Amino acid sequence: MCTLEKRGDLFLLTLTGDGEHRFNPDTIASILSLLDQAKSQSTRGSVLITTAHGKFFSNGFDLAWALAAGSKTGAAERLHQMVELFKPVVAALLDLPMPTIASLNGHAAAAGLMLALSHDYIFMRKDRGVLYMSEVDIGLSMPDYFSAMVRAKIGTSAARRELLLSGKKIRGEEAAGLGIVDSAAHDSAEGVVEATVRLGEKLAARKWSGEVYASIRKSLYPELCGILGLEATIFANPKL
Amino acid sequence: MCSLEKRGRLFLLKLTGEGEHRLNPTLLDAIRSAINQIRSDPSSSQSVLITTADGKFFSNGYDLALAERDPSLRFPMDAKLRSLVADLISLPMPTIAAVTGHASAAGFILAMSHDYILMRRDRGFLYMSELDINLPVPAWFMALIRVKIGSPAARRDVMLTAEKVTADRGLEMGIVDSAHGSAAETIEAAVKLGDGIVRVGFDGHVYGRIRETLLREVLHTLGSNESASTGVRNSGSKL
Repeated sequence: MCTLEKRGDLFLLTLTGDGEHRFNPDTIASILSLLDQAKSQSTRGSVLITTAHGKFFSNGFDLAWALAAGSKTGAAERLHQMVELFKPVVAALLDLPMPTIASLNGHAAAAGLMLALSHDYIFMRKDRGVLYMSEVDIGLSMPDYFSAMVRAKIGTSAARRELLLSGKKIRGEEAAGLGIVDSAAHDSAEGVVEATVRLGEKLAARKWSGEVYASIRKSLYPELCGILGLEATIFANPKL
Repeated sequence: MCSLEKRGRLFLLKLTGEGEHRLNPTLLDAIRSAINQIRSDPSSSQSVLITTADGKFFSNGYDLALAERDPSLRFPMDAKLRSLVADLISLPMPTIAAVTGHASAAGFILAMSHDYILMRRDRGFLYMSELDINLPVPAWFMALIRVKIGSPAARRDVMLTAEKVTADRGLEMGIVDSAHGSAAETIEAAVKLGDGIVRVGFDGHVYGRIRETLLREVLHTLGSNESASTGVRNSGSKL
């Protein structure tokens, strides 16, 4: 399902296997547990890089699991459950005491794109993979924290419209142009991973205090943090 | 500490001397007194303020060494800077920061409290240093950052990489309005900009009110009791 590996200062969280890495209660619990592990092992200079195997970064919630409830109300309940269970994943990433980088090997849709957006930096491939907010196409409304994330991380109204209201599958170059991702310069999964590792090492070398980092990060997104119930707390004695 | 000069309809406020122009209570009082003088000038609603500084620094932020020696000064330093920024936001005239040297942390905030930032490109940078020196960032600093820096990526770069932003990078990020070859050229450009604005001739009082609405969120957090990020209670943090 997912693994956590340590390479020097870098924590590598990988969604494993060749599937769509969809989120259901089990996979969500695994991710949360690994994020918790990274948090407990973090030191000054730690950095998290999240990536996945195969064609998908993540294709969002496990709608098949929702439908397997057998009834319309059952499916709606399961979907609602996943929406609620996923919130702590987003909160954990916003609260994580270290810089975070999403290394997109492939498609990121709906909740999968939310996972990516929950990171400080997003790198994606130039040649493959799209970003897609499918909700407008499949007739689903958007959870409040999804919209808050889009407002927090995506600056122009044109970009927000393209992402949420056009049903567009946005490729790397366009995503970078819209300011949704930081880079779409690489033509392979390996290229992206390498680039994110390089950035990770650069950030790690600054040896920032994770508590300070997380506190400043949260203060960048007060609306989103409010919805997630994340309060910025105070910390640390200054170096002076 | 600071000088005030009038050139036609332009007020030139200068942080004087070759030091770091650290925002200690004395300097803050001097600047606020100059602002009061400007306000009470009869031609103020048809004027423009240009703020600049001598030497290598625009301002290197709060006087942290002073706060270390005398922690009772932390609160007044923060309170006086808040008052100054509130004054600048309500000032009935356009304001231009001619950034002729480094502007760090509270010094960067002071620059950003102006409507225009003109900066030299040959030297100096804008720098939110807090991440590098383990300091909390006051909530009202963040409110100003959010309003003045439009791109989420630029805000992240400023706050979460503690980037030392040169004038050209500032232009890219939309923080700096124009970049110039030297300190003298920056001031000259500020004067030219100021003169141009004066020629257009709008009512400074209306201008000030419109600016207040634009920066309403900042004024709101300026007035709040928070001394750092939301939920702060730890007095172990130092300015």
